[in-house]
Amino acid sequence: MLLAVLSGFLLAAAVPWLYKLLQGRINWALALLPAGLTVYFASFMPEIAAGDQVLVSYNWIPSLDIQLSFLLDGLSLMFALLISGIGTFILLYAGSYLHGDRDLPKFYIFILAFMASMLGLVLSNNLISLFVFWELTSITSYMLIGYHHEQLKSRKSALQGLLVTVGGGMALMAGLILMGSVAGTYEISEILNNGDVIRDSGLYTGILILILIGTFSKSAQVPLHFWLPNAMAAPTPVSAYLHSATMVKAGVYLLARLNPSLGETELWHTILPLFGALTMFTGMFLAYRSTEIKKILAYTTLMALGTLTMLIGIGTELAIGAAMTFLLAHALYKASLFLVAGSLDHSTGTKDITKMGGLARIMPITTYAAILAALSMAGIAPLFGFIAKEMLFEAVLESNYLTSFLLVLTVATAMLGVAIGGVIALRPFFGARKETPSKPHEAPFAMWIGPATLATLGLLCGLLPFLPERGILSAAVTSVYGEYESFYLTLWHGFNLPLMLSIASIAVGVLLFFGWDAIRARLLWLDKVFAYGPERGYEKALDGMNWTAQWQTRVLQNGYLRYYLLTILATLIGLVGYTLFTGYEPRLLFDFVGVQFIEAVIAILIVLAAVVAATTHSRLGAVVSVGVVGFGVALVYVLFSAPDLGITQVLVETLTVLLLVLVLFRLPEFLDLSSTAARMRDAVVAVAVGSLFTLLLLTATELQLHDPISQFFVENSEPEGHGRNIVNVILVDFRALDTLGEIFVLALAAIGVYAMIKFRAEEYKK
Amino acid sequence: MTSMPSLILSTAARVLLPLLVLFSIFLLLRGHDLPGGGFIGGLVGASGYTLYLFAFDSSAARAALRMDPRTMVGLGLVIATLSGVIGTFVRGEPFFTSQWWEVYVPIFGEMKLSSPLIFDLGVYMVVLGSVMTIVLTLAEAEE
Repeated sequence: MLLAVLSGFLLAAAVPWLYKLLQGRINWALALLPAGLTVYFASFMPEIAAGDQVLVSYNWIPSLDIQLSFLLDGLSLMFALLISGIGTFILLYAGSYLHGDRDLPKFYIFILAFMASMLGLVLSNNLISLFVFWELTSITSYMLIGYHHEQLKSRKSALQGLLVTVGGGMALMAGLILMGSVAGTYEISEILNNGDVIRDSGLYTGILILILIGTFSKSAQVPLHFWLPNAMAAPTPVSAYLHSATMVKAGVYLLARLNPSLGETELWHTILPLFGALTMFTGMFLAYRSTEIKKILAYTTLMALGTLTMLIGIGTELAIGAAMTFLLAHALYKASLFLVAGSLDHSTGTKDITKMGGLARIMPITTYAAILAALSMAGIAPLFGFIAKEMLFEAVLESNYLTSFLLVLTVATAMLGVAIGGVIALRPFFGARKETPSKPHEAPFAMWIGPATLATLGLLCGLLPFLPERGILSAAVTSVYGEYESFYLTLWHGFNLPLMLSIASIAVGVLLFFGWDAIRARLLWLDKVFAYGPERGYEKALDGMNWTAQWQTRVLQNGYLRYYLLTILATLIGLVGYTLFTGYEPRLLFDFVGVQFIEAVIAILIVLAAVVAATTHSRLGAVVSVGVVGFGVALVYVLFSAPDLGITQVLVETLTVLLLVLVLFRLPEFLDLSSTAARMRDAVVAVAVGSLFTLLLLTATELQLHDPISQFFVENSEPEGHGRNIVNVILVDFRALDTLGEIFVLALAAIGVYAMIKFRAEEYKK
Repeated sequence: MTSMPSLILSTAARVLLPLLVLFSIFLLLRGHDLPGGGFIGGLVGASGYTLYLFAFDSSAARAALRMDPRTMVGLGLVIATLSGVIGTFVRGEPFFTSQWWEVYVPIFGEMKLSSPLIFDLGVYMVVLGSVMTIVLTLAEAEE
């Protein structure tokens, strides 16, 4: 299981080599991994459908109750299958869609890492590891949205997505930690059985609100929805994968996952349906107003996310059943539609749906996929989307809170849905042929296999609904709702209210479809109103932050090394001095007993060298005297039996002198620029820092606040670390994680120097 | 770098470079018990190559290094990180739990191989690679 989750990361690391080896055909090789994962997860289906769970746990940071543990039950299995299954087609598709792109290897690296993070997220059984994977999806999606990094719009959209989701992630982290501390464990499987403890605690409202901020930002609920349509700046396969089938559903996943422990309260039953229904309607309404095919699809994704949030909020067994059915139906048709949109864009050179027409003859397979998927979205029988919609109506009718409000919005959304489904299925493919920027052609195999397969699956699930129900949906409902009494998915429910609502929505939807152009033109004035939406708030906040950053940069980062030093040292004097004089008793007891001659000589040497460095008029002289100070310190280390420190100091000094020599000749001539007053000020600061630290050291040697940790290292170095050199054992064993961080910093510094000197942005643009 | 490379310096550098590299590896290997380790070893190695750079020029130093120092940095980071997960995969223990193996090497007899040593090798490569990246970049800017 661990390997299944991590395989994506490992393969991502191997991409550069594979790319050299396979070039353009690499997508076929890479797609084998998600395909294999799909088979692997599918092999658990009988077991999970029978009501079992698979739990695997690895120790990660056991001292903090953080495990790398995975839980495979109905819910996580359904997500895992969607992620790896759709991922297979996405990889195939991308190889063809982005064929010959310079950054293609990067794309594969990020999308594989994303897939692995997403798998980790849905399989995690520990709140902390879930959060880590959660953030990883935000970061990898940032890379993917900003894939066309030469374009300002891409970078801006990527940053917006990142800031919104990561900002929400902060709230989520606080919520998860609160929940973990209330429940007394971070293991999700245990928390789910402790729902009452959390619901009864005084922190429940806080936990719920924090977690909702996190999930709403990730799943783009109103008013945090604005990042999602902008994320369409990403290449189409990314939009298809992240922004329809997987990442945005992470928030919904978490809500469903935590339903047993957070749900079933009045707060839950009101907030979720309220925001969900608003998002649902807003999304569909905005979709109806758009003409760019990717924008339309992005807004319908908002609709889907809102619907799912609403259904989970309603929380009856039927509603959860409807949510799981809708989730599956949506993943199938939306991924398929996005890929179709990519093929259309690729083939015609435009994204504007009003500029396409009569493509059915030229692109028969794409047309087939588009029609099936769009009808499923519109909720027309016998497609799977129809079953989902019937259940949606039924669940809303049965809800206990806000019933009429939810019903009105749901029906209105369904009407618009029919119209939009019609627009996508019919507009580009039928009617008169229109001139397009490039000559249209059928998509290649790698690009039609995905949409065609997924759309056909949507049809199969509609015709044979017991297959998805027995196979996965029943188990998924069990893990969210706790129990499951068969609700028998079926196309024919008899003449009842949901069917009436369906018929009514189709009738109105057809009218809306024919009036699409006319109504859209009438709604143009809304643009001005929307300019004051939540996105404007985001822009303002960002501007404010930039302004503050610029202001403090002007003040603090003034570009003069001498002022940097002055600021740092003055702050140091202020903070350390304040603490030292208010909190402790400074001691000024010089004790020269036991000082050896050689030590005194070294000390005097260091002082003299420092004085020379500060007063000399020769730059080379200054470099040499600073070197003398360094070597003097190294000698002190050696005298007090710290050979490792001594050697390191000597080597660092040597290299510093060498580096200085390299840059010495590039510096301008030595000049006396500073006034006497400025020098006096510097001297005062220097003497103050020196005295303060002398005082600090003298005080610190007298004071023992805690038992020193060094004793532990001395005692355990040999038995535990198998080494006699304590410094080294600390570096590579006891504190290896710190060292790892340090070498990463070192590497960054090297890259920084390299980039500053070598990299020219103009050379990058070919 | 300088217009006239000194004969003494270049002859010395030719001899000193292999010695210093050997010494740096020696420091790396003995680090666990005696003064040394990846950090110090990497710095000694870097000073050897830097000496070579001063005696000849940057392209000669690059050639002597055999590997692009930037690649070395990356490889070092990968090795150091992977050494931490050995325990996780082999025994299911937390990240960076050290693993020890006794290895029999024909002439030298029993040797201790461990994940901390592999980690230290990563540190060695990162230190050597980083310092050489900086030095070579600066030197090439000079030329």
